[in-house]
Amino acid sequence: MAAATRFFVRGASPRLSLSSVCAGTQGSVGANLLKLSPSCVSRIKTHRRHAAHFTYQPDPVPTQYGPTQKMNLFQSVTSALDNTLASDPTAVIFGEDVAFGGVFRCTVGLRDKYGKDRVFNTPLCEQGIVGFGIGVAVAGATAIAEIQFADYIFPAFDQIVNEAAKYRYRSGNLFDCGNLTIRAPWGCVGHGSLYHSQSPEAFFAHCPGLKVVIPRGPVQAKGLLLSCISDKNPCIFFEPKILYRAAVEQVPVDAYTIPLSQAEVLQEGSDVTLLAWGTQSVVKTGRLLISHEAPVTGGFAAEISSTVQEECFLNLEAPISRVCGYDTPFPHIFEPFYIPDKWKCLEAIKKMINY
Amino acid sequence: MHTEEDAAGPEGLVVTEKDGESEQLKAKDAVQYLHCAESLCPETWRCSCLSARSYADFTSEASFEIKKCDTHKLDEAPATQVVMTRDEGLQYYRTMQIMRRMELKADQLYKQKIIRGFCHLYDGQEACAVGIEAAINLSDHLITAYRAHGYTYTRGGTVKEIMAELTGRRGGIAKGKGGSMHMYCKHFYGGNGIVGAQVPLGAGVALACKYQGRNELCVCLYGDGAANQGQIFETYNMAALWKLPVIFICENNRYGMGTSVERAAASTDYFKRGEFIPGLRVDGMDILCVREATRFAADHCRSGKGPILMELQTYRYHGHSMSDPGVSYRTREEIQEVRSKSDPISLLKDRMLSNNMASEIDVEVRKEIEDASLFATTDPEPPLEELCNHIYHNNPTIEVRGTNPWSKLKSLS
Repeated sequence: MAAATRFFVRGASPRLSLSSVCAGTQGSVGANLLKLSPSCVSRIKTHRRHAAHFTYQPDPVPTQYGPTQKMNLFQSVTSALDNTLASDPTAVIFGEDVAFGGVFRCTVGLRDKYGKDRVFNTPLCEQGIVGFGIGVAVAGATAIAEIQFADYIFPAFDQIVNEAAKYRYRSGNLFDCGNLTIRAPWGCVGHGSLYHSQSPEAFFAHCPGLKVVIPRGPVQAKGLLLSCISDKNPCIFFEPKILYRAAVEQVPVDAYTIPLSQAEVLQEGSDVTLLAWGTQSVVKTGRLLISHEAPVTGGFAAEISSTVQEECFLNLEAPISRVCGYDTPFPHIFEPFYIPDKWKCLEAIKKMINY
Repeated sequence: MHTEEDAAGPEGLVVTEKDGESEQLKAKDAVQYLHCAESLCPETWRCSCLSARSYADFTSEASFEIKKCDTHKLDEAPATQVVMTRDEGLQYYRTMQIMRRMELKADQLYKQKIIRGFCHLYDGQEACAVGIEAAINLSDHLITAYRAHGYTYTRGGTVKEIMAELTGRRGGIAKGKGGSMHMYCKHFYGGNGIVGAQVPLGAGVALACKYQGRNELCVCLYGDGAANQGQIFETYNMAALWKLPVIFICENNRYGMGTSVERAAASTDYFKRGEFIPGLRVDGMDILCVREATRFAADHCRSGKGPILMELQTYRYHGHSMSDPGVSYRTREEIQEVRSKSDPISLLKDRMLSNNMASEIDVEVRKEIEDASLFATTDPEPPLEELCNHIYHNNPTIEVRGTNPWSKLKSLS
């Protein structure tokens, strides 16, 4: 398969408000097997047996944002929060266990640096945390709420969907909670089982008024998180927990933003487009493959697939392929079979090319 | 392997402890050896100090003084003078020892990466599970949160099934599909991962009990961290309004993961948090206190007075889970102090020894745990077909969409 692939993704429409992000990870292994153009070869890594179902490929060092430092994903989140607390005197960070640094170390050092009235713990009450955050945001302070795992966000679902998302609309723009950002660790981690592995982005994407953002690496994470915080709409920022330590890149030390509501083209090609977010990978043309960990039925891939076929039906050479999780609760022992890994994506690409 | 001990005393008594048979006293003059868990040699599981007494010399029951419970909106309180028989004592002791050893074995297997994922251990809190079970019947119902291995055992699960569930094998109590946090058996509703979510469920079970008129009740447990969840208060209201036969029990082990109770709760009098629901504060490290208080609470419920709330003051030796060393938010001295002064197994042992209910008793639980551990390690994993089973109840079998349109799995139910 010696064809070069052109990566092309139509920008997601602002109404969908999903930042689709591309991970170079599978792209490189796929490139290896598909014998793609030399520009891809530099990203090839040998396949090693890891707890993770992939090996993270760092981005090239960004030069346009100033000096950089080696950081992993949780450190890039800390850096973003540090920048925010420094530049915005109304910013507060709260959630379960954030004071000592958080269960994933995303808030290490912030309480010591900025004081206990700006970085503080809440009791164990997700609904309370988000409701409280909405209040803080509406009154004019920048609220950054942490939900300890995305799986625990459901007690707060009503507050997010019914209160936060609809505030501006129902008050005729008199009030809004644009100052609210909710952060939560997201996605499978190898041993998370039913309640530490979920990807609930589809539930929130369905709700107008919210923005849902999922980064693919440290450089993206910091930029996107800073964009979410400054964005004048309530945002939910899901952080792929498997990348917290696994993804290491050179990240700019100063604040910078990456625009939301725009897809990022990772690699150009001409045969297939892969689209994904978080820990999946991306490639396309005339053929589209969308991949996510969440169950396939009603997952966000369905929305993208439907929109794309509406807008470029005649360009499609093959049905849009979705490589997603099974329609089961996230399994305990069956996780390696459940997750849509590179082999399943590869099989789907082959079927599409040969359609 | 044989662990045989011959001890001849003045009356020519013989003690023989073959593996797994220590509980069966062969002759009426067999001698039992009682041990504090901590003085057992970890390699041989034998105690270094032994002495023999005649079986006939032991008292068959004794009366004990226990701590008075603090009460809230109650005119009476549980009794402070209680009776325990020798058989009861030995049974409680053995059960607590099994639970303790099972948890320590799980710790070992986790460190060997044979158990993966999340594992929340119960050692230190054994008196709660055993004391509660001693005061209710197996026909009553119980639901708890994720620190559930102990309750799975007291409710009827075997050590084998529990350990195989931890390792995710097909012999596990939930067929290997649930793991540590999701173990279930008859009249035991788990095993729940989301904090506080099990409490409204418990009230619902109690409603069903009341509705079906079988004089059963539901024991509904949660922790000090969960006590700050909104749904707990919703449940208090429903239970009191409809006079449901539910015993709410807050297992206060002083720390919600890494947060001490003072830093999380505006009021740490968890037994009063039910406000209009009567409450008891109980020493959760003393099994007799727990048993007596649960008996009192069960009587209260069964007489139709509605719900009651118990706070068990207890302690866990391990961290919140296996990924928590447990010493960043509390000192090793504190843990040691509780272990030496309030360990539930030691407390029971001291009581029995000082009341002449036994002399030195060696409870041979090792074999049971070892067998279970071997089973858990060697049993095969569930077959791939299980991935999609039991999502729904469906007749005929449905197809579950998979990662690709052409890959579908069948779901049997």
